[in-house]
Amino acid sequence: MTSNKKDPVLVVLQLSGGNDALNTVVPYGDPFYADNRPSVRVPEDQVLKIDDYVGLNPNMGPMKQLFDEGKMAIIQGVGYPNPNRSHFRSMDIWHTCEPDKVGTEGWLGRAIKEIDPNAGNVLTGVNFGRGLPRALAMPGVPVASVGNLASYGVLTGIEEEDQRADALDVFSRIYSPAMGRGGVVDYLSRTGMDALKGADILSTAPETYSSSIEYGSDVVGQYMRNIAQTHLAGFGTRVLYTTAPYNSFDTHAGELQAHAKLWSETSQAVGDFMDDLREHDAADNVTLLVFTEFGRRVHDNGSGTDHGSGGMAFVIGENVKGGLYGEYPSLEADKLLEGDLHFNNDFRSIYTTLLENWMGLDAQPLVNGSFEKFDFIQ
Amino acid sequence: MAGNDVALMAHLMRRAGFGASYEELERRAAAGYEATVEELLNPGNQPKLEMDMLERKFVDWREMNALEVNQAYWTYAMINTQRPLEEKIALFWHGIFCTGNSKCEHGRQIKLQIDMFREQGLGSFRDLLMGLASDPSMVFYLDNCMSHKDAINENWGRELLELFSMGVGMDGEANYSEDDVKECARAFTGWTITNAIPRYPYGRYEAGFIYNPADHDEQNKTFLGETGNFNGDDIIDIIARQPSTARFISRHMYNFFVADDVQVPAWQNTPPRDPDTIKMLEDEYFCSGYNISSMLRVLFNSDAFKNARFTKVKSPAEAVIGTMRVVKDFTSPKPGLHNLASNIRYMGQDLMNPPTVEGWHTGGEWIDSGTLVERINFAADQVGNLELPGVQDMVARVGSEGGAIAAERVVDRCLELLGAYELADETREQLTAHVARGGDLVPGTPEFSQRVGQTLQLIVSTQEYQFA
Repeated sequence: MTSNKKDPVLVVLQLSGGNDALNTVVPYGDPFYADNRPSVRVPEDQVLKIDDYVGLNPNMGPMKQLFDEGKMAIIQGVGYPNPNRSHFRSMDIWHTCEPDKVGTEGWLGRAIKEIDPNAGNVLTGVNFGRGLPRALAMPGVPVASVGNLASYGVLTGIEEEDQRADALDVFSRIYSPAMGRGGVVDYLSRTGMDALKGADILSTAPETYSSSIEYGSDVVGQYMRNIAQTHLAGFGTRVLYTTAPYNSFDTHAGELQAHAKLWSETSQAVGDFMDDLREHDAADNVTLLVFTEFGRRVHDNGSGTDHGSGGMAFVIGENVKGGLYGEYPSLEADKLLEGDLHFNNDFRSIYTTLLENWMGLDAQPLVNGSFEKFDFIQ
Repeated sequence: MAGNDVALMAHLMRRAGFGASYEELERRAAAGYEATVEELLNPGNQPKLEMDMLERKFVDWREMNALEVNQAYWTYAMINTQRPLEEKIALFWHGIFCTGNSKCEHGRQIKLQIDMFREQGLGSFRDLLMGLASDPSMVFYLDNCMSHKDAINENWGRELLELFSMGVGMDGEANYSEDDVKECARAFTGWTITNAIPRYPYGRYEAGFIYNPADHDEQNKTFLGETGNFNGDDIIDIIARQPSTARFISRHMYNFFVADDVQVPAWQNTPPRDPDTIKMLEDEYFCSGYNISSMLRVLFNSDAFKNARFTKVKSPAEAVIGTMRVVKDFTSPKPGLHNLASNIRYMGQDLMNPPTVEGWHTGGEWIDSGTLVERINFAADQVGNLELPGVQDMVARVGSEGGAIAAERVVDRCLELLGAYELADETREQLTAHVARGGDLVPGTPEFSQRVGQTLQLIVSTQEYQFA
């Protein structure tokens, strides 16, 4: 295992369901905002103002603070040509960088393969959540997918400690590659040992961790805590990924209340995460990307908002040059695309910036093309 | 009951269904192998699931809109069906004729397609292709509704040939040309749907298939060497009589029901793993007039099938459902079904939402470190749950021999009761040595059921349990 604190680490937080960009980075200074949002609007006096035109949702205090410290880049009007308003398809496009055909390899899976071509470290990439997001999928790339760090591992259902230790002892014997049974069985054996090894290493992370930060009990808070624990444990993990609960940002109805709770939890988790890393003097090699698969319809539906395009993303970290990037898409009726914000910035520009200027990789083969970079990495 | 009869029945039920409890295996073995094959091939003789009753417990099953609801329903159906092959053949065709919720975003519409596979999946392959070509989900998924006589969209025309019937090639040769793809697409112009599937802005509603003669290309087409003013059904007739179609379907059948072979893209240049069995299936395809049921009959009754035990990696659906049918949980409606169904997705098979139109890769490709841990922990949690009726039944059967039972005997009985599994000698020795450390097992003692449960947990953790 390599442990070099200076290796750049990328953390990705996926907001699944399509976050409403207009009520996140609120264009309160635009008269069309109030016109389009008769019911689902953040009142101007509550907006955490950034300039005369935009401000953050009032529930994003901790992230506003990061912005004020100059550590958060807000990338406005993010999307891709011919936007797809299906959650699944749009998320696939973000994951695979394949807008025209259906791809199966993820951009981060490809990145992990570049970083660790021989899969020497089974923990180069770690996902928190059940099931592997396609962003991390790549043949030959082992990525641990951790539903619960405190109880992650093989045969976790065996509660009695001695019994489980015995069972794992048998498991490691029967999966021992020394048995050499050929073909698929050998592959299963290797995979089982990889899993056991990864679980053994990961299980030490909570034990060695102590912090004054108390994260929220919500899913994002707990997974951001797990990411901090894994990073602080120094396993050489370079890509860490987690997802807000399945489709939680899909606010078709009752948006104001639901969205407030979502951002209050998410922003708190992001703030806690940065505080935690700083407390341990481990923030300087971490950059966090927060993204969603699309924005929502400009005009509200009376209670919520429907699927749209033109979303936003945040990039956060000590090495980030904070500020507003990309133009906010126009809300004027004739500038909309079928009632949605027109994107100004391709999401692959964000990936390219992160891969090249942060991770030090050649982005072109990882994102399937050349895209203009932002200058949000110092 | 001869042990080998039960072991063979366990094999048949794993492949033609999703496994069975020991009690069911004994009953079926007593009825006979060929009689069981006939019963499986005639699912209409067995009762259907009682949807009226189930919809009262699962109220969202009336609408079946969301993907997760459909996955829960299918999971329940696979566990509880009395027509195992009907569900298995639906899963077989779903893996080939992929339609994904990622594009359609309408669970009920895809469920109707799966229902069509249930109803027609064992009949004529030609009729099944007709059903597929006029299935609204498929028409939308592969854009045939966007294909017009003046501007064809080749998506459906291409995949019909490449992925659904002939395959790109065999024996090193291409099966069709790019011109055939275009001509095929022309013949299907006008095969469209009444309205598009996306839910916005009016909500979800079903589309219906319609043929629009005004948008059909009435000029002559030349397809696979034949020329005429072909319509879609003419194309399907031509496709159905191609040797390449017989080969393609036979190889899929072999890979799904008999043994893992190389993946589909390699079929043009890589010969079948078992050419004799493929030849037998091809011959039956033509003799029976493209009848799937007839092909399966000769297959299930063949020695090649009977001798192919544990030669394929279970799909996630097989891994989850097979375990559930043995532990006998969720045999009636109760909360937690959605969570149970999600395990199939965690293991890498998001039913009704395949990764691409090419479907899931199978065999060893099901397994990575994440999905293997999901498989092992899922199965171990189930068989280690001593409250489940199927587990209690296995414990009771192991204990029924009375007296002190040696570790080796307990391991063997557990293997048998789980479905006549076989372990490599070294693995069996390791397990036996582990169980033996606690001494002989004495039925009636407090630790007896615990120790049998732990033995079951270790067995389902082995590499061998990942194979069907």
